[in-house]
Amino acid sequence: MTLKMTTRAVLLASALALSPAAYAETPADTLVVAHTIDDIISLDPAQTFEFSGNDVNNNTYDRLVDFDPLDMDAGFKPSLAESWEVSEDGLSITFTMREGVTFHSGNPVRAEDAAWSLQRAVKLDKTPAFILTQFGFTAANAEEKISADGNKLTLTLDKPYAPSFVLNCLTANIASIIDKETVLANEQDGDMGNGWLNTNEAGSGAYTLAAWRPNEAVQLAAYEDYWQGAPAMKRVIVRNVAESSAQRLLLEQGDIDVARNLTPTDVESIGSVEGVKIQDEPRGRMMYMGLNQKNELLSNPAVIEAMKYLVDYEGITGSFLKGQFTTHQAFLPLGYLGVLEDQPWTYDVEKAKQILADAGIEGGTITTRIRDLREYIDVAQTLQASMAQAGLTLEIEQMTGAQVLDAYRAREVPIFIGEWGPDYSDPNTNAATFAFNPDNSDEAKAVGLLAWRNAYAVPEEMNEATVAATLEKDAEKRAQMYKDIQAQYQAEAPIIPLFQRIEQAGLQDNVENWFSGGAVTSVIYRQVTKGE
Amino acid sequence: MTENTGAGGNTPGASRPDPSARNALRRRRARSIAGTLLSLSLTLLGLLLVTFIIGRVMPIDPVLKVVGDRATQAQYDAAYVAMGLDRPLVVQFFGYIGDVLTGDFGRSISTGQPVADDIKRVFPATFELATLGTLIGIFVGVPLGVIAAARKGGIIDQVARVVALVGYSMPIFWLGLMGLLIFYGILGWVGGPGRQGIIYDGMVPSVTGMILVDSLLAGDWAAFRDAFSHIILPASLLGYYSLAYISRMTRSFMLEQLSAEYVITARVKGMSESAVIWRHAFRNIAIPLTTVIALSFGSLLEGSVLTEIIFSWPGLGSYITRGLLSGDMNAVLGGTVVVGVCFVVLNLFSDLLYRVLDPRSK
Repeated sequence: MTLKMTTRAVLLASALALSPAAYAETPADTLVVAHTIDDIISLDPAQTFEFSGNDVNNNTYDRLVDFDPLDMDAGFKPSLAESWEVSEDGLSITFTMREGVTFHSGNPVRAEDAAWSLQRAVKLDKTPAFILTQFGFTAANAEEKISADGNKLTLTLDKPYAPSFVLNCLTANIASIIDKETVLANEQDGDMGNGWLNTNEAGSGAYTLAAWRPNEAVQLAAYEDYWQGAPAMKRVIVRNVAESSAQRLLLEQGDIDVARNLTPTDVESIGSVEGVKIQDEPRGRMMYMGLNQKNELLSNPAVIEAMKYLVDYEGITGSFLKGQFTTHQAFLPLGYLGVLEDQPWTYDVEKAKQILADAGIEGGTITTRIRDLREYIDVAQTLQASMAQAGLTLEIEQMTGAQVLDAYRAREVPIFIGEWGPDYSDPNTNAATFAFNPDNSDEAKAVGLLAWRNAYAVPEEMNEATVAATLEKDAEKRAQMYKDIQAQYQAEAPIIPLFQRIEQAGLQDNVENWFSGGAVTSVIYRQVTKGE
Repeated sequence: MTENTGAGGNTPGASRPDPSARNALRRRRARSIAGTLLSLSLTLLGLLLVTFIIGRVMPIDPVLKVVGDRATQAQYDAAYVAMGLDRPLVVQFFGYIGDVLTGDFGRSISTGQPVADDIKRVFPATFELATLGTLIGIFVGVPLGVIAAARKGGIIDQVARVVALVGYSMPIFWLGLMGLLIFYGILGWVGGPGRQGIIYDGMVPSVTGMILVDSLLAGDWAAFRDAFSHIILPASLLGYYSLAYISRMTRSFMLEQLSAEYVITARVKGMSESAVIWRHAFRNIAIPLTTVIALSFGSLLEGSVLTEIIFSWPGLGSYITRGLLSGDMNAVLGGTVVVGVCFVVLNLFSDLLYRVLDPRSK
């Protein structure tokens, strides 16, 4: 009897398994995205600094100013702030809040909420807080310098910064406007709701957070009362799918609408599949090579110069980084104000040899640590081969990302190959880390600055120029200042920008207006539609 | 012999249970249970200590995971203190043990959520997969092993050998991707990566966390069918690896039994071959086989990291691995406790089965 039942159960199970399952397309009002989202550790805008966390918050919260995904060329636009006015001395900016906007809780969005949100971010002082505190806000003065009066919000700055600089910083995730009442109702031990907001949201964005299961999925639901109109996609489901080939299969089967982590091989094979398309989008991340100036050989200007000619730019972007990176040799990514598009270096081993010979350098060995990520290892090995041709030996130790980062922050990586993503949409975001290092001593422990990590003693005039560019009000002049800094940087700096990241999203043909975030922001879903 | 003198006596008083003997038996049992519990707790404590030390000597900085690449030294230092890493290692360890005893496994730094919540979410996913995988391993592996032994050198034995060899040597990553490509990509017989299809996501109320069970409890056949179509491929893959092991072990156990004298006697007495194999020899291998199956199940419960990655299966294996790689010691220790407890429970369970299956132990 038991045996019979078991047999029956097995037969039933086999029948279930082997009958072709009906896999329809994803529902018309649901957007299903496959992405690697295992980096989310917090959803509190004051704390979130990971790519996937920003991707969520960019849709659940609004800021005073925001980008329009359908008109990125326009730059930031009024969002929760309807308008703003800069004082004559340039030291304060007063925002007029938009009327009639509500948070997901139904509470109205007030200037008081905006002031509290920014004060909170400054006081909590989590990693991204520098985006706001660079304007002179501190935990002690936050309430005085960030104040609300009626529907006006006033920011009082310590210097007359370029308004575009301040406003660009206000588009960052940390400047998200939070529902004060809802969050304070969930405050614990004076944490200003940090514990609660790590896993919940209290925003006014186009989507509400329906669920977040770490390393598994994020579900967003449309906010029907959104002030810019309810979004077309009523549900957005982002599933954590780590493998590119799995993402590709899901896309080809119609089980997802968007695949965001496809390797060049999978992109190529998708190209020939009907009903699926690839959308290229330059992102802000830059791959660069940092030559640590603590290393005697690498601190020789001739070696720095020669290294720029030992990277096979075209070979790399034409093979293993195909489609996913484009050669870009300035520290500001394409898409930023003041980007320098000059590409002064080409792959030229003979020239590198000549430079080294002229300087009397007869070879040398460098041992470096590279993160065990295929792309970085491949770049390092290509470099190893070309350096060998020029008489330099590169020994590579592979390590995990955490190990390399640890060593890098301790200034112990001779040649660093990795990526840097901008923190906000103003050119200062990269200038202030690549081209600014006022104190190069070990004691300064300026671990956040790439120049310091590579022990690059930035020339005084470049430090000053970087600061001066934050104060220039005329956009054109400001752009030129950054171009000048980048040109000087290309001429002498030991940190060599190599490539800019291109995101290649695989989309179903019917997905329109997909926007991964471009160079300056994170993904936005509210404008996405699905046709027939 | 000595036992018989008391229990088998003919005096009327002896037929009533002797209270002092009963108490002695109880005391002995209690002592044995206490001893077992003590040794189990010490085993778990040792396991935690080793994991803790490995975690601390690993050159991975958990603080950086929390504060991120851009943190200033001051922010880093503040997080270092907030995470209690400035305390001596011994204090940290016993502080952790103290918390665990009160049911607090701490908060994971890689998910930002309490480890207990994380485990409640990831363990059922692994348990469901491992159970189905082991069932496949048993239902296919055991008969295959028995037949291979009974017809040693025959065609089935050869097939079983090749199946096992392939199972041992084929990288699971490759096999998983091929399986997905063929059964999901080309044939469309099974569901893709993930535990459920999108339209069923979050539709079935979570009771046990095992979607197959939950959908049955909810009486939602469509959701069950969907979940089954997603689990069957990764479970078959794990089942294949476990059947490779189980079938080989079954075969060698059976070969040993089939050459034993009692089998020859049974055959000489004219007993049918199937009765010899199944009723006599197989019964005798049931005991060691139980251990083999329990061990195989235990190793699947640890989570198969690669399978979980390929099939986007949010299970315990990838949870622990991710924790280890980001210095998330609370997650790793929490996961270790679960794995440790699983092995302990499986051990107890197979001990119990021994008693049921082996008359001598009574």
